[in-house]
Amino acid sequence: MAELVGGHGEGAGHHQVTGIDSRKLGMWVFLSSEFLFFGALINNYLLFKGRDFGPGALYPVELYDIPFTSISSFVLLMSSLTMVLAHSALARGDQYQTRTWLFATAFLGVVFVSGQFFEFGEFILHGLKLNINPAASAFYLLTGFHGFHVIIGVLMLMVLGFKSMRTGGLSEAEGLNVELVGLYWHFVDIIWIVIFVLVYLIQ
Amino acid sequence: MAIDVADERVEQAETTLYRRPRLTYGFWSWITTADHKKIGMMYGYTAFFFFIAGGIEALLLRIQLAGPEGAFLSAAEYNGLFTTHAVTMIFLFVMPISAAFFNYLLPLMIGARDVAFPRMNAVSFWIFLFGGIFIYSSLIFGTSPPPVGGNLPGGAIEPSLLGSIPNSGWFIYAPNSGATYSPGTSIDYAVLGLQILGVASLISAVNFIVTILNMRAKGMRLLRMPVFVWMTLVVALLLLFSLPIIAIALFMLTFDRLFGTLFFVAEAGGDPILWQHLFWLFGHPEVYILILPAMGIVSETLPVFSKKPLFGYPAVVFAGAAIAFLGFGVWAHHMFSSGIPTVAQAAFGLSTMTIAIPTGIKIFNWLGTVWGGRVRLNTPMLFSLGFVALFVIGGLSGVTHAVVPSDWQQTDTYYIVAHFHYVLFGGAIFGLFAGIYYWFPKVTGRMLGEGMGKTHFWLMFIGMNLTFGPMHWLGLQGMVRRTWVYPEEAGLGAGNFVVTVGAFVIALGVLVFMINWVYSKRRGVPAPNDPWDARTLEWTMPSPTPEYNFAVEPTVTSLDDFWYQKYGEDEEGRAVRKPEADQVVDDLIYRNGHPDQEIHLPAPSYFPFFVGLGIMVIAYGIMYHTRPFGIPLLVTGAFLTVGALIAWGSEPLEEVHHDDHHDGPEDGPEAAETEPAMTDGAAG
Repeated sequence: MAELVGGHGEGAGHHQVTGIDSRKLGMWVFLSSEFLFFGALINNYLLFKGRDFGPGALYPVELYDIPFTSISSFVLLMSSLTMVLAHSALARGDQYQTRTWLFATAFLGVVFVSGQFFEFGEFILHGLKLNINPAASAFYLLTGFHGFHVIIGVLMLMVLGFKSMRTGGLSEAEGLNVELVGLYWHFVDIIWIVIFVLVYLIQ
Repeated sequence: MAIDVADERVEQAETTLYRRPRLTYGFWSWITTADHKKIGMMYGYTAFFFFIAGGIEALLLRIQLAGPEGAFLSAAEYNGLFTTHAVTMIFLFVMPISAAFFNYLLPLMIGARDVAFPRMNAVSFWIFLFGGIFIYSSLIFGTSPPPVGGNLPGGAIEPSLLGSIPNSGWFIYAPNSGATYSPGTSIDYAVLGLQILGVASLISAVNFIVTILNMRAKGMRLLRMPVFVWMTLVVALLLLFSLPIIAIALFMLTFDRLFGTLFFVAEAGGDPILWQHLFWLFGHPEVYILILPAMGIVSETLPVFSKKPLFGYPAVVFAGAAIAFLGFGVWAHHMFSSGIPTVAQAAFGLSTMTIAIPTGIKIFNWLGTVWGGRVRLNTPMLFSLGFVALFVIGGLSGVTHAVVPSDWQQTDTYYIVAHFHYVLFGGAIFGLFAGIYYWFPKVTGRMLGEGMGKTHFWLMFIGMNLTFGPMHWLGLQGMVRRTWVYPEEAGLGAGNFVVTVGAFVIALGVLVFMINWVYSKRRGVPAPNDPWDARTLEWTMPSPTPEYNFAVEPTVTSLDDFWYQKYGEDEEGRAVRKPEADQVVDDLIYRNGHPDQEIHLPAPSYFPFFVGLGIMVIAYGIMYHTRPFGIPLLVTGAFLTVGALIAWGSEPLEEVHHDDHHDGPEDGPEAAETEPAMTDGAAG
């Protein structure tokens, strides 16, 4: 955002007591709040997943395609790797590679989200509608909000990538933005690991 | 390097999408400002407007209840008014006026020029304002069927404006708030409106935490910060960890109401008690979010008006943090009558009692501060002492709720209403008024009238006790909450009449305050330098505060640094004013009012306003998504928000060219001082 103030956040002109850039500190603080956001969602799903909704009730667990979801989880995990590569390329000053890895990360994110759309579509075809029972609703709310976070991340990566294309490279100050988006991206990945284990694998 | 950076700036500035707003006065300067002081004032005025609205709602309720079988309001109007009164006072008055104090004072108290993210500060104000407008627009657009059952007269009740506002209680309990029992849109206004307000609070919480951690003056270690700053930090952390929980709960309710999910529908396997858990996991920390700012304020005023340092500063700080920490472990005491297991009731009863320990520590430290001090009974001190006295009463009745069998008797009676008004009106609002009287000279450069101030205090103090005192007895006699009429035979008429009289005495007090404010702002006595003989950094600068705050960034060497520059000790340990104190104050204030270099400040921006507006439009779109205009609204709102965010991201924090900045004829030296200059930023 405030790329013109020579590597400083919006609080430029002040010394930063913790030694951490204000924007980075802000991202950490924000992510700590996000943990409770997803904590509440996961808790919600775990509460409802074993409930008895009467005879013939359909549960998300009956429809999981673990190999498929494993592959899309792998894709998302690999996107964390490409994110790190983008960051380290920028640290080396390699603008071309930075851009490439940023777009690669965004692409992997899009693949993951597409997989999720496909999964939702399959589930709905099998009759697991959003409002069929609270377990299904909790599943869609949890994975949907996670997917929404991935989409936001993809948008931020694209903005950085296109900015780099337009201006021929990201400045040192914009490099911090890469780091911030990276923090966010890794967070979204970590949350997915938790969701994948708690929601998909432990049945 | 410096040259490179400057070149890059010029280049970037030309790629900015729109011209930057440049006005430093007038209407647009307020819309576009990123100055924490202006934002603080806007928070304050908006919150006070809602205070008046919530107060009028309370008076209408009290007219209805003044005698048995009241016929002033219909049941539907009563439900709407008590709900909106609570939502207004909690989310649209106490929280934002606390935010006003945080915004205005936090940077001054830690010796900073602004908060860490000035434009994010602006966006949280605009989101809050539009969220408030959204909730209140239910007066016009909301729909709600009349309540049924009980002793209500049969047949259709004429729908009225007041019957269309949210009417579920501020806690929006499921299943009453679900689509089955509350069709119509009035609850949607509450649910989506609170979600919007939550976004605003979350943004400001992140902002305040980073500001406190990262922008303190040189030498100001964490345990040298004023208690008010500490309480700001604690409140921000409470917001940070409790808001995501209510956000999820509100999302679930939104989905239940608008998209047919069944989270809280018991007959379909849903769980209404889950709503209570999620709500109070947020709701109880919220109580401390409301009271801790006031506790911070009186921790500043009591020492000043007792001419002593705060007694047991670390204990007060840690007690505040402990209250916040324990506050996350007591939520189920709001649910003792909901059928939770006995063990849970015992555990939550015990954990609730432990809250009394840090609270007691604070009370005794305040008493220790006043004890033996040279007490001056100015208006801020009266309100502070009133806070301590009334909060003790409310705190004690609170402990009685921790005793589970006792709580079963009190639940849903006026005893509870008495309790939380003693802590939130006698506590929070008295503390906030103490702060208004104390910092008015800082903000306006004039003193708020003492005579009218004391009249205001005594009217409020007497009115408050007349209003909420008898509610204890009424509640124990069995008067239930949220009832719109009570029968003659119940024998509650006399007590209720006193309560209603008390409410009007409070209203008279508020009226005196408003007259005092308007008069003092124009004709009040000009504030001398350091009018209260204070301890904190904000008094080391001219009043009203210059736009750049400190001309020289301060350095502190101890807790209450300013105080120790003025005061020493005699042999008995009593504070003695040093002979050179007056000179020290005058020098400091002169130095802080005369910058010897250009000071760089965040430039104004249009986009925070449009982000707030866009979010409100999105909320309308979601609510009316089944109507033909719903989706277009949603898309418009999304474009507005995302567009404003992108434009915001493309505009630098401060602008380069200022040759054409002379916008108005009155562009005097003050405007020149407010020019954002680039010199400082590149160096830092």
